[in-house]
Amino acid sequence: MSFITRGFSGRSRERDDRLPPGQTLVSDFPVLSAGPTPEIDTADWEFTIRTESGMHSWNWDEFMALKIDDVDTDIHCVTHWSKLGTRWRGVSLDTLFEDVETEYDYVMAHSYGGYTTNVPLDELLDGKAWVAFEFDGEPLDPEHGGPARLLVPHLYFWKSAKWVRGLVMMDQDEPGFWEQNGYHIHGDPWKEERYW
Amino acid sequence: MSDATTAQVTALGAALRAVPRSGWHVATVADAHRETPNASRLELDVDGWPGNAAGQHLDVRLTAPDGYTATRSYSIASSGSSSRVVLAVDKLPDGEVSPFLVDEVRAGDMLEVHGPLGAFFVWAPAAETGDMRPVQLIAGGSGVVPLFAMARAHAAADDTTPFRLLYSVRTPDDVYFADELDDLAEASAPLRLDLVYTRRTPDGWPTAPGRITREALEAAVVPAAERPRVYVCGSTGFVELVADWLVGLGHDPRSIRTERYGGT
Repeated sequence: MSFITRGFSGRSRERDDRLPPGQTLVSDFPVLSAGPTPEIDTADWEFTIRTESGMHSWNWDEFMALKIDDVDTDIHCVTHWSKLGTRWRGVSLDTLFEDVETEYDYVMAHSYGGYTTNVPLDELLDGKAWVAFEFDGEPLDPEHGGPARLLVPHLYFWKSAKWVRGLVMMDQDEPGFWEQNGYHIHGDPWKEERYW
Repeated sequence: MSDATTAQVTALGAALRAVPRSGWHVATVADAHRETPNASRLELDVDGWPGNAAGQHLDVRLTAPDGYTATRSYSIASSGSSSRVVLAVDKLPDGEVSPFLVDEVRAGDMLEVHGPLGAFFVWAPAAETGDMRPVQLIAGGSGVVPLFAMARAHAAADDTTPFRLLYSVRTPDDVYFADELDDLAEASAPLRLDLVYTRRTPDGWPTAPGRITREALEAAVVPAAERPRVYVCGSTGFVELVADWLVGLGHDPRSIRTERYGGT
């Protein structure tokens, strides 16, 4: 279903191929959060991966000693904005999962402040996801998820959990916070998997 | 429906079944008029609209003759089972969609809308939720739209939960829903309304215009000790400031729900 809107011409005719359907390019960095921004001191920060058999954890210093990647990527928010060529630094999930043994295929990301989001494990590995702590050459702002956020740029940005504190392996997929509150269980921007 | 979606819906609790499923609909503009010098109120008759909860939003998609489309999200100022859906759209200076909606759209025009959307930034009467805690609404500018929907739903339900709205706005001319808000303040389930003017006040106003301060916020919101549910909607700067202050004043972060507008 689609029809021409009387009188609407729009602004831009140059469709950038990097822009998924229904998205608009922005130059600023809008914020989407469901509640107050938590304050997390890196001295208290800890990141954990919990599996069916145990727990792996890193404090800030241990985390910073891991192999750090430079990531240049486009990001797409379900609220119709995209940013192209954003620059991040962070630790690849491949690095974090190097010594993690699990039979489970699904992940629930948990954040300081209580936010959760679900992602299949195979969508976090093979260079597809990071725990990022730097944006555009600066430490990540708290309102954008600092000190560290998940970065899963091939999915809508609500999957890139701000203030991430850990991942819990699950034997079956379960909806996280926004996935229970109206957003799609998977969230591929190229398929416009926005809502239920 | 895909298997994943089926599984997801099955996994959701009873609380969410109250929220209608979203989908694309054809909306016919029943009325369009200026709400403020910079905003218009659009009343839409939406074919097949399933109704919506107070606080939800929808996507509007516009299509140009050559097939170019632009989609934006707008909060809904109305709620309930009606297929008459009310929006109030603020014109952004460099916007692509909002100037069209505010200046060009007239009665009889047709738009595509997708919704209703969002199941978190919503309010339902205590009779449905059992939640009797007081409610504090805090709006910056056009962020009042979903909060107005909540205040009106509260009055329509004769809900006895204490309801209070703190509304920060540039000038008296910029107040959205000014008459309706006055009526709500007189309703049998009254809304307590506090206005903050940032640029110009009405004549005889007791305080000079200016941005809201922490002290003014503290004086105008339900105290943390009463454990209010708080809904904050406005620009990112406004929401960040207010939410930080609320936490500092002892409000439980889990009781503060935020929504921001921004972008194009």
